Order: sequence, then C-alpha cells, then structure tokens
Amino acid sequence: MNSLLRRFTFVRHGLFFLGLAVVLLILTSFVFDSYTNYNVTEVAIFAISAAGLTVLTGINGQVSLGHGALMMIGAYTTSVLLTWHPDLPLVLMLIASIVSTGIAGAIVGIAGARLRGPYLAGATLALAVALPQVPSHFASVFGGNQGLSVSPPTPPAFLGTSFAPEQWLAWITLAAAVITFFVLANLVRSATGRRFRMVRDNEVAARLSGIDVARTQVLAFVVSAACAGLAGSLFAYWVTVTSPSGFTLNLSLSLLTAIVIGGLGSLSGAVLGSFIVVYLPVWTGGFASSLNLSSNIANNVPLAIYGVVLIVAILVFPRGVAGGVASIVHGVRRAAGSNRRAGVLPAAPQAPAQ
Amino acid sequence: MRPPFGRSRTLAIAAVGGTAVLLTAACGSSSGTSNSASAPGVTATTVTIGSTQPLTGPAAPGYSEIAPAANAYFKYVNAHGGVNGRKITYTYLDDQYNPTSTATQTRKLVLQDHVFAMFQALGTPTHLSVVSYLNSEHVPDLFVASGCNCWNNASQYPDTFGWQPNYTIEGKVLGQYIVQNFPSKKIGFFLQGPNDEFGADGLAGVMDSLQGKGLSVDSTPAYYTPTAAGAMAVGAAIAGLQAQGVQVIVSFSVPLFTAVAEASAAGLNYHPQFVVSNVGSDPPTLSAILTGGALGKKLPAGLIAGTISDTYLPVLTASSNPWVTLFQSIKATYAPSLPWDGNVEYGMAEAYTFVQALKAAGQNPTRASMVAAVESSRWTDGPGLTPYAYSSSDHNGYTGVQMVTVGADGTLTTLGPVETTDDTPTGAIVTYSGTASTPPTNGIPSD
Amino acid sequence: MRLFVIYTVDGITNGMVYAAVALALVMIWRATRIINYAQGAMAMFTTYIALVVIRHGAPYWLGFLVALATGLVLGAVTERLLVRPVESRPPLNAVILSLGVLILLEAVAPMLFGGQTQSFPVPVSNIDFVVGTTSLPVSPFAVFTVGAVLIAMLLLFLVFQRTTLGLRMRAAAFNPEIARILGIRVGRMLTLGWGLAALLGALAGMLAAPAVYLYPSNMDEVLVFGFTGAIIGGLESPVGAVTGAVGVGLALSYVSGYIGADLAPLGGFVILILVLMLRPQGLFSFGRQRQV
Repeated sequence: MNSLLRRFTFVRHGLFFLGLAVVLLILTSFVFDSYTNYNVTEVAIFAISAAGLTVLTGINGQVSLGHGALMMIGAYTTSVLLTWHPDLPLVLMLIASIVSTGIAGAIVGIAGARLRGPYLAGATLALAVALPQVPSHFASVFGGNQGLSVSPPTPPAFLGTSFAPEQWLAWITLAAAVITFFVLANLVRSATGRRFRMVRDNEVAARLSGIDVARTQVLAFVVSAACAGLAGSLFAYWVTVTSPSGFTLNLSLSLLTAIVIGGLGSLSGAVLGSFIVVYLPVWTGGFASSLNLSSNIANNVPLAIYGVVLIVAILVFPRGVAGGVASIVHGVRRAAGSNRRAGVLPAAPQAPAQ
Repeated sequence: MRPPFGRSRTLAIAAVGGTAVLLTAACGSSSGTSNSASAPGVTATTVTIGSTQPLTGPAAPGYSEIAPAANAYFKYVNAHGGVNGRKITYTYLDDQYNPTSTATQTRKLVLQDHVFAMFQALGTPTHLSVVSYLNSEHVPDLFVASGCNCWNNASQYPDTFGWQPNYTIEGKVLGQYIVQNFPSKKIGFFLQGPNDEFGADGLAGVMDSLQGKGLSVDSTPAYYTPTAAGAMAVGAAIAGLQAQGVQVIVSFSVPLFTAVAEASAAGLNYHPQFVVSNVGSDPPTLSAILTGGALGKKLPAGLIAGTISDTYLPVLTASSNPWVTLFQSIKATYAPSLPWDGNVEYGMAEAYTFVQALKAAGQNPTRASMVAAVESSRWTDGPGLTPYAYSSSDHNGYTGVQMVTVGADGTLTTLGPVETTDDTPTGAIVTYSGTASTPPTNGIPSD
Repeated sequence: MRLFVIYTVDGITNGMVYAAVALALVMIWRATRIINYAQGAMAMFTTYIALVVIRHGAPYWLGFLVALATGLVLGAVTERLLVRPVESRPPLNAVILSLGVLILLEAVAPMLFGGQTQSFPVPVSNIDFVVGTTSLPVSPFAVFTVGAVLIAMLLLFLVFQRTTLGLRMRAAAFNPEIARILGIRVGRMLTLGWGLAALLGALAGMLAAPAVYLYPSNMDEVLVFGFTGAIIGGLESPVGAVTGAVGVGLALSYVSGYIGADLAPLGGFVILILVLMLRPQGLFSFGRQRQV
C-alpha cells in the first residue's frame, strides 16, 4: 500500500485532496460561523490566484506584478455575462472566466516570453495600472467606475431556507480551490512541471535539451492566468460588485507578497501566504476606533504593522514561512534519524532568473 | 458558532411585510420601563454601530476626519447620559476606498461585531459593493456619506438612506444660479470622470437647469482622473477650456482637484469664474491645500476668493451660528486634534441626525423600528438648512442648498435664499420659506 | 497649435520628474540588481521633512537641502540595515522587502505629518511667463524643474566618470569580487550608491509635489511611470532612463490631451509594450542578450 502511494503521485494526491475536501466540508458546515466562512472564501480565492502565480513565478521563474489585472478579466467576464444573461449557471461562468483569462494569459505570455526579470516585472506592473482604465472608460459594457453588480449565488432549495449564503459560497470556492490545487499539484510533478523548472533554473540547458523555452513560458502563463480567471470569477461573486477600483495595484502586489512570504515555489506556501495576507489586516484592523489615540496615528497603525511584518518576515524567513517550516521539519527528522524527504512540501526552489 | 440572532428567511420576509406590526411591537415594548437587548448590537446599556471609511490610502486626506468627528459627537452624547441610558459605540473600519475591503469590513461589522446599524459608510463605488448585502440582512444602512442618487431607492433598498443633497439636486441649483447670474458667459465643465457618477450626476443636474435657456455651453467637458498623474494632466485640461473661450467653469471635483484646477488656471494666466460643488469647495480644506506650504506666495493671494459654491449646512465660518458653536465646542473637548473644516462639521451633523433617529426608534429599538423612525421622521430641528425629506418613498435626506461665495480670507458669504428641489429633470426649484432651526441647549436632540 | 505646445511642455516637465525617479531606479539597479519599489515613498517622506523645515520659517532652499540630505541618509540606512541581508537572496525577497518599506513609510508619514493633503512650495513662480499680453506656455518653475534634473544628471555623471570615488562605485557595482581584491570596500560603495539614488529621488519628490500635492501615496504613480521610463530606456543606461521617462511624460500628456485623461496609463502601457516587443531590454541596451 505504502509503495503504491509513493509510486502513483496521482493516486496519492487524489486521496490527499479528497481528505482535505472532507475536512473543509466539516469545518465550513459545523465549525465556522458565517463571518469565518466569508473570510475562508477570501483566503481560498486568494490561494487559487496565488497558486497560479506560484506556477508562473515560483516554478517557471517569470515574475508577474500584474496578476490582479488578470483576475479583473475573470471577474468582468463573469459580471458582463451575468448582466446579459442573469440565469446562466455558475459553473458556466467559472469556465467562461477561465477560458477568457487563459486567452488573455496567452497574449501576455507571448508578449512577455522575450522579457526577463525587471523588464517583465515592469511590463506586468504597467498592465496592472493600465488595465483597470478599460472598464472605467468603456462604461456602456463595463458600468464605468460604479461597476457591475453581481448577485451572490443562492443556495439550492434542498439545503433549507436558513442555509447561509456565506456557507454556500464557501463550499463552491473551496471546491474550486481543492480541484485547482489537485490539478496544479499533479502538473508540477509532471513532465510539464519539470520543463517549467528547467526553464527557470537554466534556460540554456533547457534549450540544449530540446525544450521550446518560449512555448513553455507561454504555457506557464496560460495555466497561471486560468487560475487567476477562476479566482476572479469567484471574486466577483464574493464582493458582489465588479468595479475598476477593486483591482488596484495593491491586489497584484499582495498576490506576489503571498507567494514570497508563504514560500516561493511551493503550493502549500501559496496557501500559507494567502492566509497571512488575508488575515493580517483582519487581526490588526479595528484599532482605529478602539484605541484612544489621535486619529492620524490610530488609522495608520494596522498599515504600519503590515509593513513591519513584511520586512521582518523577509529578514527572518528568507525562504518564506513554508520554507521555514520545511527546514524545521527537516531538522527534526534528521534529529530523529530519518532520511525521508519532507513529503508534502516541495523542496524550496532556486532563485528564479530575475 | 452561529450569530446569536437568526437570519431566517421567513423572519426576514415578515420584517419586510410587517414593518408596521413590528413597529407597533417596538412601541409596545418601549412603554415598559427597563432597557432590554432588543436587537443585534443593542444591549441594556450600549448600542453598537459600524462604518467603513477611507482612513488610509488616496482618499484618506480630509475624508478620514469624518468618522472621528462623528465619534466625538457620540462621546459627547455618551458623557451626557447617552440615548435612553445606552452609550453609543461607534466602530469604524478602514476600507482604503477599495470596494473589496468595504465588502470584507462590512461583513466583519455585521457578522462578527453584530452592529445594530451601519452609519455614514463613505463612498459611492465602495458602498455600492455592500448595499444589496445590507438590505438582504435588513441592517439599517443610515446616512451613506455620498451624494449618489442611488441611495434613494426605497423599493430596492428599503433599509438604505442618503443624507446630503444628491449631486443632481446640487447641480440643478447651481445651474439655476448660473442662468440667473451669468446668462451671457460661456459655460464649461471640469468633472471627475468621464464615467463617474459624481461628475455625471452633477452634470445632468446643471444641464437640467441650463436646458433651453439659450446659454452658450462648451459641449466637451474637461475630465480628470483623481490620481497623481491625473493631477499632472489638469493644466492641459484647463488649457483646453481656455482655448474654447470658457468663462465660467462648473466643477464637480474633490477638494484636491478643485485646488489643482484653480491653481492650474492661475498658472495659465486664465481667470474664469469657478462654480464648484459642495464636495469640492470646503474652504479650510482648500486653503490647507493651497496655502499650506508657501505656495500662496507664488500664486495670487486668495486664489479661491470669488469661487461660488453651495452648502446644505450652516457655513463653517459663521461663528455666531449656534450649530457651529455647538460643534466647535464638542470638537475642542472630544477631538482636539481634528481641524475645524467641512469634513468635521459633516461628521458631527450626521451623528446628530443619527441620535435623532435612535431616539425616535423607541426605548428598545429594533432594526425595523429604526428604519420606520427615519421614514416617519418629521424632526423640525437639525443642523441642515432645510428639514429632512425622509418618507417611506423618499430616502433622500436634505434636498436644499444655499449658494455661497468664498471670500479672500476663506470666509463664506451666502448668496440668496435656500433653494429646494428633487432629482428629476423637471422638478421645480422652490425657495425654502421656513426658518433655520437651532440646537437644543444641551446639544442633544430632544425626544 | 497652442494646445499642442502646452501638451508638449507639460509632457517634458512631467517627464523630467519621472526621469529623476527613473535615474534613481537605474542607479540602484546597476549597483545591487534590485528594483527599489520604495523609491517613491522615500521621496514622499523626504518631501514632508522639507515641508516641516519650511513651515518652521526656514527658506525654501534650506528645506531643499535638508530633504536631499535626508534622502541620502534614508537610502544609505535602508541599504545597510534592510537590503544588505537580502542582497544574496532570491531577487523577489528584495522586491517584497521594498514593498514592506513602502507600506511602512506611507503609514508612518500621516502619523508624523498629519493626514491632510498639503501643498508644497515652489522656489520660483509657477505662473506662465507673459510677454506683452501673450501668455507663454512655460512657467519659471517648469524651467527650474527641467534645469534641476539636468544639473543633477550632470553632477552624477561627473562624480561617476571623473572622480576616484565614482570609479570605485562603478567597480563595486560592475564586479564586486575584483573590486574587493583591489581593496575597494564594496559594501560601503553600495550603501553610498543607494544614498545617492535616494537623494535623486528626494529631488523628484520636491519637483513633483507642487503639481501632485503632498499626501502619503502621492508618489506611487510617479514611481510607476518612472519605472516604465527606465524600462523603456533600458535599466543599464542612465541616458536611456531619462529618454524613456521623458518619452513617457510626453505620451501621457498627448493621450490625456487628445484622447482622454483616464486613458493615459493605458497609453503608457501600450508604448511600453511596443518598445519591449522591438527591444526586450529597452531602447538603450546593447548586447549581452541572454539568448543561446
């Protein structure tokens, strides 16, 4: 049994993610209240997008400071389609957003395939700043600065009338997240994943061994954008309004922050990082009215804490929190005389070719 | 853990259908003598209300004063016995003017902090992201701090109420003033936009009044984007109006961009008449922006002098006005670090209205009795220049403004009477004939 | 025609502000292979300090000098305390670190200096010159802005090309190992490089503030467009950075003027992509393509 699990990654992943799904189902149904479910939904949306970015930046070595813009494409795909056809099912919306953003990702990927390091960073940064101007300008389709409103999905009738909409959305989002992570976990272990990493680690060697570098990079962008599209679609349902001001540069930078703080190149790091980025403001917020400080100070305390946490985290955990945990686990295992590799956490990656 | 107060749909429907029944019940319970925990966020000794505000980020300068100012008024009320023996706890959270944050922070307030009501949540795109949610949860959504026409929609958003005159109402009165005073000048526009409801609603209101009056109007408004790069482009936009020979610039702009526009015009040696919406004309904010540094030395002194605008609250600089005296003294005690400007007056005035509503909602208020109290309000006193227009079909607050002009020293002088109107294109503009109200001696609304 | 001239003059003036930021980014990139995303926030902070000095009655020029000096110190301290530990780490660590610095500075500024938007003084008038009865589309302050950035560039060029210190800094950036063997204190040179870059940033902050006004996030967009300019020009080339930044300034101004102010960032993006499609390492990069 044990050897079977080791041999067939797919089976092992399948069992792991199935177990994860059951745990999440129990948590969201019996443990969490509506507010926690609402926040868990945000973490899951963030994690889906961050996981895509992990494939692109962590595994394939291409930096994107513009993933918020890709999420925006997904969100607007869903919102515009819902404005035209309010009765279309949610699954169709998710698929449409994945496809549209995947196509956008291919375009960005083709344009970005020749760019390296800061040039790619700069181009994607400019994308993040520029793209929100499109829905703002073309108001007849995208609703201008007010944006388009989206009705949150209503729970099916058989769940009962008192079933909280927050719980329903949490189920949908977590299901989407589990499927996404299952697919990505298999992808990064596959031959394609190995090609992604080879291109990241040594482009010349990758080329010499017959890998079409540009094509690999574009593929990574498409995979990554598809995740962003899915996340964007769920984001629209979660916020219930899709407007340009929801997709600031901050969103893109937070995604990058999540994957680096969590642990670059590791999917579990993307989850950890998303958790930190989403929950840190929740924990530090609320100071403004509770502390007896002058408002100029109280208002900015949470932001200052956030900045300090980023700085300290980078200095203390240079390989991210997942990396830090991995090395602790590794240390403990070594102390216990076991030489088994830390299973769930992929090894920390090399520096991407910046 | 589930919230202590059920969100059952059947109950919710009952609440919509049977407001009157619930109201009767609320009134019935208020005939008792003891305070009870009559609603989410209400205990025998406290009422917790929530808000989302741009405390940090690009919209924070100026706007971040509003909630602390309101809180200062609540502290004053609390120090004087509270409302029906309950102290008001005002929890305002930062949303950085980002609709996503507004959505999460509002859920935190409703689902975790179990606030009784939302109060003065700020901003149009931000609050639009939660208005459906708040109404589906039947959380009273009182006095949204935005002049969007969208809050006056009693059928779709029965629990949401605006407060300040909406931009179309303002635009109509500004337009009437222009027709009466600048009939032979060429009119142009400087607007936030192009696809922003602030600029668009305001423009629509002005055009309602200019329509068919034979004025010369420059058909292409100059638009700005409220960002740093947007500020750098304002000079060129104003130059465009100058090239068209525009003599009167109607500006629906936030304070920073009013300042940028007026300074840019002066920089171009161009001296049109500015007619600015209330949002963008607060003289202390403008003066702080324009003369905070030594800029005043290089631009003509009193750059904003002669600017025409409107107000729906007593003018800030009328130091003998009893409302101004009251708010200034409360500010001095409970929020000494705040400046005295339009944002602070706004925050305190809205807090006053909230206390009026809370008192009217009965000794043991419920969410339904709170909404009903606002809809049936006929409060004669209040800081505004006109009475509130609230009814079961009208969720606009103030519907009247008075034209003002800014003096060289930043003082405001009123021009003519208070004018009231509605936000329909044909609704007549009527001169308000009532007298201004004065606050009660203790500064707290009477029952 | 007059409008075209105004758009052009505005574009060049704004472009020179972006150029100062672009130049600062290029200096740091060449020294430490890091993009300092906190460059704009650091400039905002030093501009506030200049304002405090001026508010206390000091002349503009004293505030100006204090801001430049604070910039020098702030840049050097940031490099020494925060950046040094991540210099040998994956580049993205430095990116997140600089974002942390940006967020922290933007939170601390309103705590220290108040949350209201403030104006920033100009040393010379920003009202357009008038000849006879004609208003020219140029103000003394626009001339000052362009002149100040050009002089700063010239001084930096002289320091780097004509002094031993500059030679050492170039050596430390170009090949730290060999520089170390030659007895150059590489760490100190990098610290100085960051300091000088932040000084340039401080200049940009003071030139931008009269137009964009002073508030905690006032330099965010200026940084984005400065970065865009630096990328267009090529991160290795100071001349390229300035050219690229002025190009961005002009592009934004023309798009704002002729198409719509809200589309200006989109215009900047399109130009960036067009340039990078033709030259993936910017206009002024030569050789050293990382291709097989």
